[in-house]
Amino acid sequence: MHAVLKKLLVHLKEYRKECVLGPLFKLLEASFELIVPLIVAAIIDTGIPNGDTPYIVRMVIWLCVLALVGLISSVTAQYFAAKAAIGFSAKLRHALMAHIQSLSYTEIDTLTTSTLITRMTSDINQVQTGVNLTLRLLLRSPFVVFGAMVMAFTIDTQCALIFAGVIAVLCVIVFGIMLATIPMYRHVQGQLDSVTAATRENLTGVRVIRAFCKEDSEMDAFNRRNQLLTKMQLAVGRISAAMNPMTYVVINLAVILLLRVGALKVNSGALSQGEVVALYNYMSQILVELIKMANLIITLTKSAACAGRIASVMSVRSSQRDGELVPAADAPRGSVVFEDVNFCYHGAGADSLQGVSFSAKPGQTIGVIGGTGSGKTTLVNLIPRFYDASQGRVLVDGLDVTRMRKDELRRRIAVVPQKAMLFKGTIRSNLLWGNEQATEADMHDALATAQALDVVASKAKGLDEPVEQGGRNFSGGQRQRLTIARALVRKPEILILDDSASALDYATDASLRRAIRAMDNPPTTFIVSQRAASIRFADLILVLDDGAVVGMGTHEELLRTCSVYQEIYASQFDAEEVRTHG
Amino acid sequence: MAKSFRSQSATLRRVLRYIRPYLPMLILSLVLSLITVALTLYVPILVGQAVDCLVAPGEVDFAVLGAVLLTIGVCVALTAGAQWVMNVINNKITYFTVQDIRHDAFQHIQSLPLSYLDAHPSGDTVSRLISDADTFSDGLLMGFTQLFTGVATIVGTLIFMLTLNPGITLVVVLITPVSLLVANFIASRTYSMFRLQSQTRGEQTALIDEVIWEQKLVQAFNHEASSLDAFDEMNERLRACSLRAVFFSSLTNPCTRFVNSLVYAGVGLTGALSVVSGTLSIGGLSSFLSYANQYTKPFNEISGVVTELQNALACAGRLFDLIDEPAQAPDPHNAHVLEDVRGEVDLSHVCLSYVPERKLIEDFNLHVKPGQRVAIVGPTGCGKTTMINLLMRFYDVGSGTINVDGHRTMDVTRKSLRQNIGMVLQDTWLSSGTIRENIAMGRPDATDAEIIAAAKASHAHSFIRRLPEGYNTVISETGGQLSQGQKQLLCIARVMLCLPPMLILDEATSSIDTRTELKVQDAFAKMMKGRTSFIVAHRLSTIKSADIILVMRDGQIIEQGKHHELLAANGFYAKLYQSQFAQ
Repeated sequence: MHAVLKKLLVHLKEYRKECVLGPLFKLLEASFELIVPLIVAAIIDTGIPNGDTPYIVRMVIWLCVLALVGLISSVTAQYFAAKAAIGFSAKLRHALMAHIQSLSYTEIDTLTTSTLITRMTSDINQVQTGVNLTLRLLLRSPFVVFGAMVMAFTIDTQCALIFAGVIAVLCVIVFGIMLATIPMYRHVQGQLDSVTAATRENLTGVRVIRAFCKEDSEMDAFNRRNQLLTKMQLAVGRISAAMNPMTYVVINLAVILLLRVGALKVNSGALSQGEVVALYNYMSQILVELIKMANLIITLTKSAACAGRIASVMSVRSSQRDGELVPAADAPRGSVVFEDVNFCYHGAGADSLQGVSFSAKPGQTIGVIGGTGSGKTTLVNLIPRFYDASQGRVLVDGLDVTRMRKDELRRRIAVVPQKAMLFKGTIRSNLLWGNEQATEADMHDALATAQALDVVASKAKGLDEPVEQGGRNFSGGQRQRLTIARALVRKPEILILDDSASALDYATDASLRRAIRAMDNPPTTFIVSQRAASIRFADLILVLDDGAVVGMGTHEELLRTCSVYQEIYASQFDAEEVRTHG
Repeated sequence: MAKSFRSQSATLRRVLRYIRPYLPMLILSLVLSLITVALTLYVPILVGQAVDCLVAPGEVDFAVLGAVLLTIGVCVALTAGAQWVMNVINNKITYFTVQDIRHDAFQHIQSLPLSYLDAHPSGDTVSRLISDADTFSDGLLMGFTQLFTGVATIVGTLIFMLTLNPGITLVVVLITPVSLLVANFIASRTYSMFRLQSQTRGEQTALIDEVIWEQKLVQAFNHEASSLDAFDEMNERLRACSLRAVFFSSLTNPCTRFVNSLVYAGVGLTGALSVVSGTLSIGGLSSFLSYANQYTKPFNEISGVVTELQNALACAGRLFDLIDEPAQAPDPHNAHVLEDVRGEVDLSHVCLSYVPERKLIEDFNLHVKPGQRVAIVGPTGCGKTTMINLLMRFYDVGSGTINVDGHRTMDVTRKSLRQNIGMVLQDTWLSSGTIRENIAMGRPDATDAEIIAAAKASHAHSFIRRLPEGYNTVISETGGQLSQGQKQLLCIARVMLCLPPMLILDEATSSIDTRTELKVQDAFAKMMKGRTSFIVAHRLSTIKSADIILVMRDGQIIEQGKHHELLAANGFYAKLYQSQFAQ
């Protein structure tokens, strides 16, 4: 835990000056506060008995001066603390973002997206609050508590021992209760999550729940969780409700003791009346600071937990190392070769790809077909090195992808993923994702090939039509065609269509494939699909079953030789048509 | 402003209605809080009296001191006891109230029409039930523990101070409001800074959301550096405006403390002079000083509590808005219970629209004989899903009627209607629980043998058997460990177990590969035999064997007939079908 936090605190380095000055000014303020009871004692012991009004006025002016100096130092302290804490969180956010960006798909798969977003937002905010409060208060409260005790010692040793005892007992109570309740609060939080889950499930599954008339049993399940939550909240509440009364009792018992001992000392002349009042005032200061400190520690525990979660993301290292080679200028542009490739997902029991070998020549169309979970997407994901093969080699333009510079590799490849996703901005800004230097003409060509010209034409602002987050102001089919255009703007050597035509109707799907073939420099195109119609005209079809290539060849060859392909085809076209069209 | 005030007071009344069952507890809590405050304030006076006993060497009045100290002890014990009981009671009132509101909200969700749930993001509703309820409970608890106590402390302190010395009290009363003014001044100045901060934060979160969700895409397009640039630009803006907001708001504490110190100095001056002139004892001065230390605290707390409470009321308001959403029309009390359904379905002149300019379904007519198989095809948004919504009575028709076996569906109980229709949706939803529980959803009393038989019939048995715990494998909320296809097989098994007389299959096989689909279709064929079925699918081959094919477009049936008839008609259906074979 310690080492982990250290890693985050590196980002405070630049604010070393602020980290020292902040607490320093805070301590200055606290010191002034500690002088106050002494001045009051002086008023009582010197000013009042002598009826010395000018003396009293002078002392009160001193009180005002102390207050003013205290104000100035604490404002200074707040400024330094805020500057350091906020600068720190900004740096941390940047570092975390850059780190997440550097992770490969393997790591991204293990870290869930919503977790990462929480780390970037609320966790960092919580850490910022923690740093800010630490700089402001962590030193101040103990300083006042122990300072009050030290001041008590300067007044009277015996009475000061009461202080020492009280501080010990209070610490036991405050920290004991905190130790007991912090894990309980965590459980409450966990139970709240379970109520959240029940609610969310009920909403997302509302059709099924109503179709099966499960409203009542859902209600029962929710009530059970909800009531358990209340029960847990009450249990922890009962304990933490004891904190204030208990500290109150302890402090006041100490006051009673103090007055009793003080009385004996005053009687014997060892102490003055004003000094007893000063001691009493110190006691009150201790109580106030201790409660502040308890609250501070609760906040800090939360912050530390958040910091730990951030650090755990930071400690995830990318499993890929960037290569340094660049393909030679005369290398074949757009060739893809798989040499006996095996692939196993991190933590999975079995290989998702086994012994895959094939070779795609520049400009060819490669169809990849197979059932759900047969490894189609996995196969194409190895080409841009989203994952590394566990065994065997993947070569692009004659070079092993693990030895090629990643940016060079990915510059040559354009991927259209299954889920058609656009970014907030405009149609134009989305197309520029593919290639920042694209001209108007490039975009027009890409849109035409992707059958997306009518999408742009149908929008009032054309290319500058705004795109909302996720592209939700476009229909599924429109989004899909725009993502294809985005990929084509890149003028890639290799184009990967990962089941990207599923939202298109058959006619558009066919026009799209025709247009890609008619391009000036047609890219090597991988078409992943479950539809035999989408891939039947490919130069090479790979038939996958359970991670293995069970058939390879053209449509006609496979229809003759590959039983899996025959089954797929027959399930989509009935026998009569297989005869007439096939 | 007036309106928001009215709605706020209306919300407050609703909250009070929820608290009413706990009224005895509330009264007890208030009484205890009065006792606590009175005793807490009495203690400094007693301490002052004790201090007065310690006049000078040899002049200490031990008899009086002993009595005073004993009284302090008793007071302290009583205060602590009362405070603890009060805290526990406040917890009870708060948590039970929130539990009740959550219960009502959840119950109301069960009867909300789907049109509401479809139109509102579930995240928003969840956040009302969870975060809003939580904030409300925090605010309520704080309100209980601090608001009343705070007011009582201020009033009590004033009374005690007045009895001690009216002159010094005047000093305190005059200076204290300065602290409130300062706090208010700072709060109003920082409000706009905080708004800017949360706005910038919102922008940044949107960017983070997008980049992280689409991390893989960002990498695929080599876009890491430019995403980070955009992020850094926002990050810097956020840093600048956060610094202003955090720094200026953190001035409140030092400033109010400064005013507090001035009050303290003022009391010290006037008090000491009063002691000199003989109108106050030294013990009295000590009492005053400790009051001066405490007096401004409740003011600051109350201003905090008022903001918290307003926040809490706003959250409660959002919860009540949800509870107040009109529920779906309840079943008429003489509603018919569908039994022994044959499966004859009649739709006549059915219309449905939410916005007048866009009709979802218009003048829809259809007669389905028992056991017939109806296939629905058409482009996205043509009204296929709407039809299912109407058949299941997830939505009610705008006009026209739907009859099942001659009974208007509006006149039969929703429960009996839905029990007679089996449904497999495109969205494969499983509840968190075991595989067994999920299959037995419609018939919790089914035997293991029946469950396994249903799983076998839907070809789910073989993969279930291979799971670590077999039928007892627990599926998490999102069904993470199962593939989309496997989830769909489970949904089919779920219906397979009940086998109601009517079926709705919406894109039921879209995520299953075509070979598995072949097997499932075989099971479907058995399942559909003798049952009225409605099938929606993109794959034309899966619906060719239907008795009626409805070709829908823009909420209307544009073609209707058997496969070969429609092909012969050479219309929209024929065009859709031919495109399968285009190169």
